[in-house]
Formats: sequence, C-alpha cells, structure tokens
Amino acid sequence: MKLLRIGAVLALAGLAVFWLLTRPERLAQGGLEGVAGDAQRGALVFAAAGCASCHAAPGAEGETKLVLAGGEGFASPFGTFYAPNISPSPEHGIGGWSLLDLVNAMMHGTSPEGQHYYPAFPFVSYANAELGDIADLYAYLITLPVSDTPSRAHDVGFPFNIRRGLGMWKQLNTGKGWVMTDPADDQIARGRYLVEALGHCGECHTPRDALGGLQRDKWLSGGPIPGSKGRFPDLTPGTLKWSAEDIAYYLETGFTPDYDSAGGAMADVIQNTAQLPPEDRAAIAAYLKALPAN
Amino acid sequence: MFAKTKTAIAAATLCAVGGLALAGSHAQGEFAREIKARQAQMTLYAFNLGILGAMAKGEAEYDAEAAAQAANNLAAAKSIWMPTAWPAGSDNASVEGTRALPAIWAADSDIGAKSQAMGEAVAALQAAAGTDLEALRGAIGPVGASCGGCHKPFRAEE
Repeated sequence: MKLLRIGAVLALAGLAVFWLLTRPERLAQGGLEGVAGDAQRGALVFAAAGCASCHAAPGAEGETKLVLAGGEGFASPFGTFYAPNISPSPEHGIGGWSLLDLVNAMMHGTSPEGQHYYPAFPFVSYANAELGDIADLYAYLITLPVSDTPSRAHDVGFPFNIRRGLGMWKQLNTGKGWVMTDPADDQIARGRYLVEALGHCGECHTPRDALGGLQRDKWLSGGPIPGSKGRFPDLTPGTLKWSAEDIAYYLETGFTPDYDSAGGAMADVIQNTAQLPPEDRAAIAAYLKALPAN
Repeated sequence: MFAKTKTAIAAATLCAVGGLALAGSHAQGEFAREIKARQAQMTLYAFNLGILGAMAKGEAEYDAEAAAQAANNLAAAKSIWMPTAWPAGSDNASVEGTRALPAIWAADSDIGAKSQAMGEAVAALQAAAGTDLEALRGAIGPVGASCGGCHKPFRAEE
C-alpha cells in the first residue's frame, strides 16, 4: 500500500516534470507595446522569409502565389506535413490573429491555442528574427487575398502525432542562437540574418539527426532530400567554389556559373531572392564565403 | 558428325551470347540519341547565355554587337522544334542519362505553356540585348526565371 502510494507520487512528479518541460512557450504581450508594422517593408520580409514557397497552393504561379491557401506536402521520415492556410481568412487562416500570435508562432512554434507546431514550420530559424520584421510581415500578410480552403491535416503516425511530445524536441533543438557567433563585419552579419534567420537556408542545407534536429556542427554542409534520390548541396566554401559574385548572381537570376539554371525547390527560392535588394544578395554571398570549410 | 554438331552448338551459343549483349546495350542506350540531341539544345542556350551573363555580371565589357548576336543565337536555338527528341518513355524513371521527369509527359503537363513563356522572355531579351547594358540586365532575369519555370517541375534534382 505504501509502495503503491510512493509509486503514484513518483508517477505524478514525472508527469509534472514532463508537463513543465513540454509546455509551449509564449511571449508576454508587454514585449510588443509600441511596435507598429509597415506593410511595404513587410513585403520584403515576406520574400526573404520565403513564406509563399511553402504556403501558396501547389503549382501556384505569379499573382496566385500571394493566395496563401496552403496544401503543399513535405515528406519526412516522420510522415508528410502539409502547409496550412495562412491567408487572412478568419475561419481557415490567420485572419483572427494578433501580432503577438504571429510572433509566438514564428519565434516559439506555438499556436494561438497554445499548441506546439511541428518543426516542418521553420520556427527554429525564425526564432532569430527581429520583432520589427515580424511586425512588418504581419502588416503585409493581412493585406493579402483571403482563401477559404481548409488546412489539410498532417499525415503523421504515432508517436509523432502527439504534439505535446514536441516540447521535448524543442528542449533539445531550440534557443541556440546564431551558428556563426562572430561575423567579421556588418555585411556578413546581415548575411547571417538572412541565411540563418529569415531565409532559413539551414532547414534544407544542413543535415538532420535521427530525431530531425539540425546538426549545427555540420551547418550548411548539405544532406539528403527526403522522398527523393537527390541531395541538398553543400554550401560551405570547401565544396561551393563559386565566387561571391557568382552566388549573388545565382540568387538574382537562377543561373549557375556554367549557365545551367536552378531547379527543384531552389527555383522557388530564387523567385524570392530575386526580389531582394542587391545588397542583400551580396550579403548572403559574403556570409557563405565566410563559413568554415567543411 | 559429332564434331560438326559441337561446332554448330558452339556457333549457336556464340550467336545467342552476342544477341544478348546487343539487346543489353540497346536497352541501356535506349533514346541515347534523343537525349543527346535535346541536351545539345540546352548546351547552346547555356553557351549564349554565358556570353550575355558575363556582360550582365560585369565580368566582360558590354559589347552591343556581341550581345545582340548571342541573343539572336539564343532565339535561334529556342526556335529549334524537335518533339522527336522527347519521345514518351525517355524519362529518368525509364532510362539512364537523363533527369527529365515523367511529369513532362503526364496528361496535365503544362510544358507547352512553360516553353511559350521561355520564348517570350527570350524574344524580349533579343530586343534588349543590343540596346545597352541596363536593358540587357533587365531582360536576362526573366529568361532565368523561365528556365526555372521548367526545371522546377520537370527536372530531377541531382
């Protein structure tokens, strides 16, 4: 009887620890007082963060890429994730969201209802975004066309379908700050911001461990493409021998130094980077050239 | 009599082996000529885009005449129409040596519209290339985008 009681206490304590460790994090409202976004600047954040590449309907082109109906599937070893509707629809999208809700989603991977998002949504990278940029993005997102397409449920099996467990994943993989801790100059620091935070380049170009966490000690050194025979290329200077000018030009036009052109998911990325000011493309190139050789 | 039979068997075996070898090499090289031809067309694009891109990037000095000529060549290469180089079954799931995805031949394929979009971008570049460097720079980006327009849905990643 006594043993049973101790066992019950221990189990409860264990549950409490699990509950605490897996609790979805949120920012206090106070942090956003006086922050007002600018939609025009938000359009550039939108391009730099690549929102449309995942959240536009599959096959969307041109103007329809601004209808963020969702539906694009992302294969992974844990199942297939589907990008949700993030158009300003109050019912199916983010129409009812506050700026705080967007900040919590992007920086903490926590939904307005207090649930964990799956890290197919790159909140690990967006955690390093500046609040002002998210405010600008918010101002822009709510100007976009409404789509009333319901979000598609993820196709993820047990145990990964228990979202609370993502709290443990977050304990292991979030809050680590910058990978490049000492950028040599302002241009490289800007490139770091675009590559590591908004552009979330590492989400594809960095290999993942068995639990799907980014292997930060192999930063941007490439890795397998889930559900395909191909590989995301290694971007570190030991492998990527292109000049900084070549990299910047590739991000503008999609042309490699041999005048082959970007394909696959990178063709979408080029559509985004082509919209950035030339200084930003040069900054991304400077950052990549400043990485340690793999 | 016995020796003759042996020789006949040996000859038949040789023929069979030879035939198998031929069949083997044929299967492996199926559509090799077609694939080579269409890749050659892409190489012509890349060669002429390289001349234009070097000027746009500032690696080579802008030369109106050379730019116009390269853009004309690009348009000429684009005008080559050889559907016979794209037979059904010459995709990367069926044969070696190509990254062409089966989606090209799917019923809902919009490769025709994609090709037309490239034609329009190339025509605009042709009109701009010999004008001045700024015009060239402005017109080469959309050509790159049109390349990506096909390579995204229709070419396998390396």
